[in-house]
Amino acid sequence: MPVNADFQGREYPPTEPYRVSAAKIREFAEAVGSTDPVHVDADVARSRGYADVIAPPTFAVLIAQQCDGQLVRDPDAGIDFSRVVHGEQRFVHHRPLTAGDAIVGTLHVDTVREAGGHAMVTTRTELATEAGEPVCTATSTIVIRGGE
Amino acid sequence: MNEQPTTPAAPATVRSAADVTVGEALPAVTIHVDRPRLVQYAGASLDRNRIHWDEPFAKQVGLPDVIAHGMFTMGSAVTLVTDWVGDAGRVVEYGTRFTKPVVVPYDGGADIEVSGVVKALDPETKRVTVELTATAGGEKVLGRAIAVAVLD
Repeated sequence: MPVNADFQGREYPPTEPYRVSAAKIREFAEAVGSTDPVHVDADVARSRGYADVIAPPTFAVLIAQQCDGQLVRDPDAGIDFSRVVHGEQRFVHHRPLTAGDAIVGTLHVDTVREAGGHAMVTTRTELATEAGEPVCTATSTIVIRGGE
Repeated sequence: MNEQPTTPAAPATVRSAADVTVGEALPAVTIHVDRPRLVQYAGASLDRNRIHWDEPFAKQVGLPDVIAHGMFTMGSAVTLVTDWVGDAGRVVEYGTRFTKPVVVPYDGGADIEVSGVVKALDPETKRVTVELTATAGGEKVLGRAIAVAVLD
């Protein structure tokens, strides 16, 4: 449970770009059961004004959780990944993630706190294109369950 | 057969704000989840935490059994909204708390019951706010699950 409170307020440098592929969008859409053809048919996507197939609303978590890894896997942070459960998640989409996007994530550790014997860490990942166009703000709270 | 006139490709049949009333219920769905589905989601999402597929591991860290990814529940529940809106790209905000884990036994898996109701509608911006309710085994598994989408 000794999560390092010094991490609160930390901002990480932007990640290497994650390239959003049509194949990953399809795989993700199938896994969550999103049958909208806009995930798999580029003609449908273009007919709706998108540049290519677009991702389901929660796809951004895939990129955001990779960004969170910078914190979660840092031994100095003191987070026991085997005791982590997801407490809360929120997305604000500035536009849909689209096949072909190269997305850079900037991780912010907003809060680190203790509650009821557990530690709670809230992170915010700002996802943007390499050119700096904002795409999604993903906010996540993880709970690190206290030991018995 | 493909002889329909090909004027600009047919736009999505996105629900019109004029056809929506506050308090309206969205068609409810039941989402079945089993271990193969969790493995599929683990691969698709790159979230390979063993608590979502490795029963001895899950029990060793104090869980009753394998539990679904909260993000699986969140991601599958919002299909209620995207199907109703008519375009998955219209969801501009979506957030939830994970109030209880969805326990997924090896035998039979679990069912997640999802319903939704229109909580607000802004006729100017055509933004509709839907509150989702998701239960498994009679317990609410999502709390304050709110999606905002832009209608036509």
